[in-house]
Amino acid sequence: MNILSVQNVVKQYANHTAVDHISFDIPSGTIFGLLGPNGAGKTSLIRIITCITKADVGQILFNGTPLNINTPSEIGYMPEERGLYKKMKVGEHLIYLARLKGLSVTEAKAKVGNWLEKFDITSWWNKKIEELSKGMSQKIQFIATVVHEPKLVILDEPFSGLDPINSLLIQDEIIKMQQNGTSIIFSTHRMEQVEEMCHNIVLINKGKNILSGEVNQIRQDFKQNAFRVDFAQEIPESILQENGVIKKNNNTIQITQNDLVTMNRWLAEKIQNGNPITGFKEILPTIGEIFIKQVEENNIITE
Amino acid sequence: MEKLWLIIQREYKTRVFNKKFFLITILTPLLIAALSTVLAFIISYQSDDKMKIAIVDESNIFQKTIKDTKKMYFTFYSKSAKDARQTYLKDGFDALVIVPPFSDPNSTSHSIQYVSKKQININIENTIERTFSKRIEDYKIKSLGLDENLIKNLEVDISINPEISVTDGKNIASTNYSNLRTAVASGIGGIMGFLMYLILFINGSNVMRSVMEEKTNRIVEVMISSVKPMQLMLGKIIAVTAVGITQIIIWIAIFLLATTVFQLFVDIPQPTDLEEMKKAGSSIDPDDIRVMMSQLMHELTQIEWWYLLPMFILYFLGGLIIYSSLFAAVGSAVGDDIQEGQSLVLPITIPIILAFYIMTVAVRDPDSPLALWSSIFPLFSPIVMPARLAFSPPIWQVLLSVFLLILGVWFFVWLSGRIYRVGILMYGKKASFKELGKWIFYKE
Repeated sequence: MNILSVQNVVKQYANHTAVDHISFDIPSGTIFGLLGPNGAGKTSLIRIITCITKADVGQILFNGTPLNINTPSEIGYMPEERGLYKKMKVGEHLIYLARLKGLSVTEAKAKVGNWLEKFDITSWWNKKIEELSKGMSQKIQFIATVVHEPKLVILDEPFSGLDPINSLLIQDEIIKMQQNGTSIIFSTHRMEQVEEMCHNIVLINKGKNILSGEVNQIRQDFKQNAFRVDFAQEIPESILQENGVIKKNNNTIQITQNDLVTMNRWLAEKIQNGNPITGFKEILPTIGEIFIKQVEENNIITE
Repeated sequence: MEKLWLIIQREYKTRVFNKKFFLITILTPLLIAALSTVLAFIISYQSDDKMKIAIVDESNIFQKTIKDTKKMYFTFYSKSAKDARQTYLKDGFDALVIVPPFSDPNSTSHSIQYVSKKQININIENTIERTFSKRIEDYKIKSLGLDENLIKNLEVDISINPEISVTDGKNIASTNYSNLRTAVASGIGGIMGFLMYLILFINGSNVMRSVMEEKTNRIVEVMISSVKPMQLMLGKIIAVTAVGITQIIIWIAIFLLATTVFQLFVDIPQPTDLEEMKKAGSSIDPDDIRVMMSQLMHELTQIEWWYLLPMFILYFLGGLIIYSSLFAAVGSAVGDDIQEGQSLVLPITIPIILAFYIMTVAVRDPDSPLALWSSIFPLFSPIVMPARLAFSPPIWQVLLSVFLLILGVWFFVWLSGRIYRVGILMYGKKASFKELGKWIFYKE
């Protein structure tokens, strides 16, 4: 079952096409990475999903049904540029936003209370937003996004401006929500976090879908059969002279081969020749490397 | 609907439950009162320097009697003009007035010499002119041998008794009314127009600032992922309209309180008492402030409030909704660049200011074509029509004006909504009028 199915969506503005025939699916209960360079069309796409604007062509199914008037209350959206009403108090602000998502007063109060407790910030209830630091208001913004327990949470750069401790706190909450069945869309430039957290990604550039799929599969697809080999002693000069070998340090090399079988044969040969080996690992490209490579190639093609 | 209500509540609370609101609402009438007192004082200001003036009367017609005024003491100086010029300062006078010999009583123009260290000012000039011309007049009456009583009979004082008269061919229906009624009607019209103008400016710019703030600190994106932009804008406009009404209610309360307190301390006779006093033959001084207040109160009770008040409220609502939606549209297009905002605000403030000036004309001449058509055009009518209403304009004009006002509300809210929904999500784009025009026709 897919929580979201984007089908051939097009969105045109006066002088450019922000979203150009994009399609992908997001399986329910997974964390999904929406990647792309600045100006690729991510925000335009998110605005269509959150029903802020409408697609010109194509359709989006939410939980199997086309987007409709009830969809917004099932979605929690935290935009990249965040803001809250400065003059409002934390508690009243969160209740207001929760009620706009359709919660009753009592429900809203209880849930806001729970979240403040969870983050150990119940004392903030009567604080004005303008008194909070950037990191503090970020937390409030996060609570505002998820307080109505949406089926789909869309987070645009959720960790920007957070210190490592709070970053980890939010990260934990995101994983907890995912384990409880919530689906999450992540839009970020932090590739290490994408690798760590996302199950599936889509990479868009200039409004077009240039790559999509499972994170692990994509890394497999883009691997270049590079391997890392650690030797127990100093590496003989003969090995360093071989084709495709790059010296990393005295005991370690990186080597590129045609495939795994050839590589294993090479290893066996070296071991037989009396070169003890302590470590062997296939080097998979990072999502960051794939991102840069794909975007650059795509730019060359389209130019 | 429920969300709209939530928005209205929040927008209303944030505006009313803060110190600034009470300061503005309570201080504005006080400031206006203080300002008008100061203005009245400045206009009526006269220096209280006393002047001693020496008179050399070469004409010999004043017979050494010129009445002193409050600020001028006259003394006859028995010296020649030539000597007087040299000694008047030494003798403690501030100025010297020389009246030349006066030969021909038939001549109508006379000149008097004024000698002083300082330049003459308008007040002194007027006083001296008044004092001496009266005396010369008296002298002429005598020397020409005219009858003083006959001349008194020349004085004419006309008072107009207004009456409204309608005829259907056979019968004539007439009603008399006092002169005061016109003044009262103008006063009410002027006050209403001014209040409207004040509230449009205070609350209109408030809406604009609040929209700009939402856009700059990006809360708007969170908001419209929950509600429609139109709901957000409508919520704001309705809340601001309610705030305006709250302000009016507070002002009326202050006014009623002030008049009640005034009546407690100043004994104002009932109009019926005045009639009885007249019958009893006691004289009534029409300049007496208590009599004037009494007549004013009487006139105020004669006004058809049951008709005027609901109409005022109607125009008030219409005007506030139209202008605050326009201000919201501009706010959405501007973002954080105030400088750029100025040029977009101008087209909204111009009709408000124009309407205000037309209103001041309409109060004086409520049936002029300018007043008539302005009170029908929906961008002007909220300020101009209330000024005309107290003069009972023809019913078709009122109906047409109300109809166009309602149409105007619908149209401007729609127009602003179209601009607003695009504007609040548009960043880094310079919004020209051409651009705004395009936004209106953007599809969602």
